[in-house]
Amino acid sequence: MVDHTVRAYDDELMEIGSKISEMGGIAETMLTNAIDALVKGDTDLAQRVIATDPKLDAFEREIEEKAVLTIARRQPMAIDLRALVSAIRIASDIERIGDLAKNVGKRVVAMDGQFAPQKIVGGVVHISDLALERLHRVLGAYAQRDVNAALDVWQHDEEIDQLYNSLFRELLTYMMEDPRNIGFCTHLLFSAKNIERIGDHATNIAETIHYLVKGETITADRPRVLGAYEPLILG
Amino acid sequence: MNEKISIRDLKFFYGTSLALKGINIPLYANKVTAFIGPSGCGKSTLLRVLNRMYDLYPNQHAEGQVMFDGRNILDPDVDLNLLRARIGMLFQKPTPFPMTIYDNIAFGLKLYEKLSKSELDGRVEDALKRSALWSEVKDKLNANGLSLSGGQQQRLCIARTVAIKPEVILFDEPCSALDPISTAKIEELIDELKHDYTIAIVTHNMQQAARVSEHTAFMYLGELIEFDETSKIFTAPHDSRTQDYITGRFG
Repeated sequence: MVDHTVRAYDDELMEIGSKISEMGGIAETMLTNAIDALVKGDTDLAQRVIATDPKLDAFEREIEEKAVLTIARRQPMAIDLRALVSAIRIASDIERIGDLAKNVGKRVVAMDGQFAPQKIVGGVVHISDLALERLHRVLGAYAQRDVNAALDVWQHDEEIDQLYNSLFRELLTYMMEDPRNIGFCTHLLFSAKNIERIGDHATNIAETIHYLVKGETITADRPRVLGAYEPLILG
Repeated sequence: MNEKISIRDLKFFYGTSLALKGINIPLYANKVTAFIGPSGCGKSTLLRVLNRMYDLYPNQHAEGQVMFDGRNILDPDVDLNLLRARIGMLFQKPTPFPMTIYDNIAFGLKLYEKLSKSELDGRVEDALKRSALWSEVKDKLNANGLSLSGGQQQRLCIARTVAIKPEVILFDEPCSALDPISTAKIEELIDELKHDYTIAIVTHNMQQAARVSEHTAFMYLGELIEFDETSKIFTAPHDSRTQDYITGRFG
């Protein structure tokens, strides 16, 4: 795209865009580490994930302030207006993703080295791999303004939902088998739910990218999987 | 939506140079249509065609059609005085007559209609109320129109225009010489006026176009690049040239 006549305007938009990328990178690392901590029962690593969260909060505030200032200063129109509104929305989604990764970290701390069979943990890892891959791709789509890549993420959210539902059923069987399993199963279940929510935020970001590039919101319905147990589960 | 004015394949010449290259735009009844574009794009020229202002200058002529209630106003036998009474125009700088506030409005009325003193008083008051100036000038109707502030002068000109009950009002950058408060008053007024009139406004202020109009036309080098609903033009324009212009990326 052609540059603005006022070069400082381009600098402001670029800076906001690169802050989002930086934020996205931190959120990805938080999720990776949270899952690592879960697999290894590494409480220290989990604590570090929790300690990283305020950084994302600060980033979100900074992006919001910069965007508001640019709106006040430049009265943006069309693509610029959409870029700033999108930046505020995406920053908020990434901040929530950070919160959810932090929640996984808190579960690891709460489990405090409790034994959890690797087979079950493996299910959570699998969901989280999918969520991470989705997050990574959607952040790439944002950086490239690639609406097709964003749409691809948007259309495949149901895989995570499906995995989550089957993991939920699996964990139920463990809990019914032996009440002593209920503790760690609950922690794992909440962790999985948090990760599934991260997938939802990646989908939100994909929708925002569509709006940013195309100037209109996606109107079609996303394929949805309604789990049989969905109403029972607390977010 | 009812088209009050339909501009069809309009070409305009300053001598031999082509300033409008075949424009097609509707002006919808009781709506505000904004014209935006860089200096020299032809937007003011277009406005000047709509009430045949160019007739005052030799070597300028228009081709095509400007249909106004079923009649082409470019036809040579159109009564220009009557046309300009039906299509009023406001300019960048307020242009009050050097006479009293009262006479600024009564002057035009007396040209077109035979009215008694009390009828005239009523029409002057009505026009000043419509232009949101009445409360500020009702105690000094005999003061000179030029003694008013710039914003008040502009509203006086609007009162003068609406007094003769036009159907269309053309605004050529009506606020570019006004402070923000006076600008807001004029914009508020435009919002009111569109209930009774069809309005076209040329403005360099993008935010103003976004605020006051229902439709926006983006012109460039004598051509109409894009015409659409204002909400569309300023959030997601279709043409990349429109986008470059409204976002400050031009040339």
